[in-house]
Amino acid sequence: MDTPSIYGWYLPPNYSAHGAIIDQLIVIMHVFMVALFVGWGLFFVYCLIRFRQRAGHKATHDLPHSKLPKFLEIAVVLFEAAVLVGLSYPAWSKLKTSFPNKADATNIRIVAQQFVWNVQYPGPDGVFGRTDPKSVSDSNPIGLDLNDPASKDDITTLNQLHFPVNKPVIAELSSKDVIHSFFIPVLRVKQDAIPGMKIPIWWEANHTGQFEIGCAQLCGNGHTTMKGYVSIDSPEDYKTWFDEQQKELNPPPAEPAAAPASQPTN
Amino acid sequence: MSDAVIHYIEEPHPVTGVTNSKLGVWLFIASEVMLFGALFSSYIVLRVGDATWPHGWTVLNIPLATLNTMILITSSVTMVMSWASLAMNRFDRFRLYMLVTILLGCAFMVVKGFEYAHKFEADHFPRTSNFYGVYFTMTGLHGLHVLGGILANLYFLTVGSKLWKTHPKMFMGRIEVAGLYWHFVDLVWIFLFPSIYLL
Amino acid sequence: MSHHPEKHEDKHEHEGHHELGFIRKYVFSVDHKVIGIQYSITGLLFLFFGFSLMMIMRWQLAYPGEAVPIIGKWFENSTMMSGGIVSADLYNAFGAMHGTIMVFLGVVPLAVGGFGNYLVPLQVGAPDMAFPKLNAASYWSYFVGGVVMLYSFFLPGGPAQSGWTSYPPLSDIAGTGQTVWLIGMVFLITSSLLGSINIIVTIVQLRAKGLSFFRMPFLVWAQFVTSFLLVLAFPPLEAAAVFQLMDRIAGTSFFLPSGLVVSGMPLQVAGGGNPVLWQHLFWFLAHPEVYVLILPALGIVTEVIVNNTRKPLYGYKTMVYSVVFLGAMSFIVWAHHMFMTGMGTTMSNFFQTTTMIISIPSVILLSCLIITLWGGSIRYTLPMHFALAFLPMFAIGGLTGLPLGLATSDIYLHDTYYVIGHFHYVVAPGTLFALFAGIYYWYPKATGRMMNNVLGKLHFWISFLSINGIFMPMFIQGFAGVSRRLHTPTIYAHAEAVQSTNVFMSISAWVLGAAQLFFIINFFLSLKFGKKATDNPWDATTLEWATPTPPPHGNFTEEPVVHRGPYEYSVPGKAMDFIPQQVS
Repeated sequence: MDTPSIYGWYLPPNYSAHGAIIDQLIVIMHVFMVALFVGWGLFFVYCLIRFRQRAGHKATHDLPHSKLPKFLEIAVVLFEAAVLVGLSYPAWSKLKTSFPNKADATNIRIVAQQFVWNVQYPGPDGVFGRTDPKSVSDSNPIGLDLNDPASKDDITTLNQLHFPVNKPVIAELSSKDVIHSFFIPVLRVKQDAIPGMKIPIWWEANHTGQFEIGCAQLCGNGHTTMKGYVSIDSPEDYKTWFDEQQKELNPPPAEPAAAPASQPTN
Repeated sequence: MSDAVIHYIEEPHPVTGVTNSKLGVWLFIASEVMLFGALFSSYIVLRVGDATWPHGWTVLNIPLATLNTMILITSSVTMVMSWASLAMNRFDRFRLYMLVTILLGCAFMVVKGFEYAHKFEADHFPRTSNFYGVYFTMTGLHGLHVLGGILANLYFLTVGSKLWKTHPKMFMGRIEVAGLYWHFVDLVWIFLFPSIYLL
Repeated sequence: MSHHPEKHEDKHEHEGHHELGFIRKYVFSVDHKVIGIQYSITGLLFLFFGFSLMMIMRWQLAYPGEAVPIIGKWFENSTMMSGGIVSADLYNAFGAMHGTIMVFLGVVPLAVGGFGNYLVPLQVGAPDMAFPKLNAASYWSYFVGGVVMLYSFFLPGGPAQSGWTSYPPLSDIAGTGQTVWLIGMVFLITSSLLGSINIIVTIVQLRAKGLSFFRMPFLVWAQFVTSFLLVLAFPPLEAAAVFQLMDRIAGTSFFLPSGLVVSGMPLQVAGGGNPVLWQHLFWFLAHPEVYVLILPALGIVTEVIVNNTRKPLYGYKTMVYSVVFLGAMSFIVWAHHMFMTGMGTTMSNFFQTTTMIISIPSVILLSCLIITLWGGSIRYTLPMHFALAFLPMFAIGGLTGLPLGLATSDIYLHDTYYVIGHFHYVVAPGTLFALFAGIYYWYPKATGRMMNNVLGKLHFWISFLSINGIFMPMFIQGFAGVSRRLHTPTIYAHAEAVQSTNVFMSISAWVLGAAQLFFIINFFLSLKFGKKATDNPWDATTLEWATPTPPPHGNFTEEPVVHRGPYEYSVPGKAMDFIPQQVS
């Protein structure tokens, strides 16, 4: 399941369309930081050696005025302004406001709870079934309203997130109990799931494979174990998986609750 | 200068124009402004986010609260009078006005008590809704501030007033500072009353 | 605690009026110096305790699921450490309490309560704080807050477990420890409020004749701005604490939205609240709080560096303006901690912009301190070691704040170990090193004895190397995407890949813990056997060195008058390389 070879002492590989700019920003900032630090450091060490107390050496009370610090300061300001306006504003704005068309995307709902990730797919009808906290039970963790016709074909999974590669995914994040944070390192996706709020996010993966979902916000004593699995499938694999899920839902033995809760589906 | 002689306890600082305790109480009031500022902001956030929030006047007792507003405003006046009496060297009048201030403060608390009791009888508790939560928390915190003021004033009426004989200026300064605090508590109510009861 | 050998001479000063008993003099004292030392000792004890919690947590991180040696044996029958293994509950409890203790019971009391109390009246030439009794009240309020926090360790469910940030709804539905935490916080907030009002009034009202604002030592400026931050930023947290207490005790729903289902059961509350409201109130305090932690440290470092370069501070006025600007700006950057809460474009643009702006004065402050070295005659004294080490450490801490302050790069780095590395560089090798510099620098003034050089250097070098060994790998872990607050990170593939760094960090942490023994031994041995200190052992210029050592009650033998700026070192044409402020 795991592919440990891709992880190391650096950013994991980026498998999402929007992730490149995040990585780029991180790298640019670190180049700037290292340059500034090394500059400071060299000056610092030079001073420590050259101006150490020793016989015959005296401190100077008045130094000739230098404009250099001021220029450096202005350079820092300009750089930060450029990064803000040129990279961070537009990238954030694109991610948060320019959502892809719902019709062109895989639409899902992610409902976090202590300590699992529930995923709801709208099924072939493309409509999410109504959910209601009152309907929540062990076999129905997201409280799907079974009287709603749109619910009938909805797939819900536990800690299993499947979606096709090279197609945008729009996910609506919410939480049943406390604040969680949905984090997929290889996709550069992170968003808090906050009870009482429905927060939409989107991403587009450009690489297939099996990866992990982690919780990035302390959510209780099971915080560590709140691990989910992502499967980025080829369109064909995704269709196979999707159809299989439908088959499990549809053959109509009237007791859907008979499916054991330990299975990733219900 | 083997012992600590601290300046500007009685006389104001020539540059800042205030005594230490006056500057101190202004800073304290600044922090209280931030406290109640945070409470009021939270109230706005909660109210805006909740469609079922009732109008205060539909559920709260306006006449009683109006009475309380009057009581507090009057007590601010008597507080000023008690200080002014000291300035005119009338210690007996000071005691009278201070006593009235304290009694008015107590009256406010008693009325508040009735108000709370009515709510409890009607099965309205902080947990009933966030409206009642805000109502009880904010008026309750304000009530604690009133109580603090009453206790401070009580001290100045009784044990604390010994200072008048030895350090009259210092004592006047203290009454002024207590007055500033009392007016502030009054002012908070002037904001609380319309924003919780009338809106 | 003040068993200094000069006690008898000290007593002479009080002849003529009634003698204070031991209790009044050393326990319930109203003397700012005694209170300052009380704050410092208590703060140091809490720092060591808070660090010990982390040393236990680091065992779990290095060797997940293995029984803790020695300590594990003592508690192997307890529910939270059954079999001697750190449970997830215990890990969360220690994590929350480590943060709380280090920030609110360790660094702030030491930096503001300790150094502020001891030094501000001395440096402004005052006999004491403006309100000595209030000063004692603020210490005792802190003390009670500390006792309440310690008490929470003995609760059946353990202390608070929702992080030092205590985000609801988790903290709303947590065990009793959280309630006790909130009550403890109310005491600590009260203490800080009283203390900082006192510091501001002392600085404004009690400066010696001739000590204009721009002749004040930079440390006094730093304490001044810090106190304003405390006075104005803490009350919103007090409001938040009251709300959370109401949620927990009176059953209100200020932070609880409708329709919560906890462990499969609908939560029986009215609902309609807003969990993000807490975060706004909390960070409105906690961002200025960061500057509360760093500014006094910056003040200490400035004093030590100027004294040991034997030349004036470069850009004194620029630094003052920067620190004031920094203080003001710190009130409008708080939501950069909340980019992941579903924030829109306008808000995030505003807060990432203010965050970039606030980095500018920090860069100026650091640059001024480094440029001060140029042309100096640098004495490598013990305090100077720590002060110099502060500069690059603070630089790393500050610089790594930049990618976190940009909303876009924060998406990946938020809540990873990168964040932990960032703020620890600011407060641990940053602030704590500065505080050690301060202790080594003013110890002779407070006790009349010098601290031992050899033990001090051992303390410095081992601490310096090991502390970087702890925090530098955190950036690697952050890059790898390891989330913070994970009890067993190794269950994730990307965390497993950097697990070897965890072992290295833990060993570094234990070495750091051991290195503090040099400090503790030095601290106590020097009280008795240290070289006797003169009134002004460092040839310094500021007013605290114009007092007898150690300063008596009332501080100055005669009321000081100030004739010059704070850092007149190596003035051309003078025989001495320093001119104290009180010299005309």
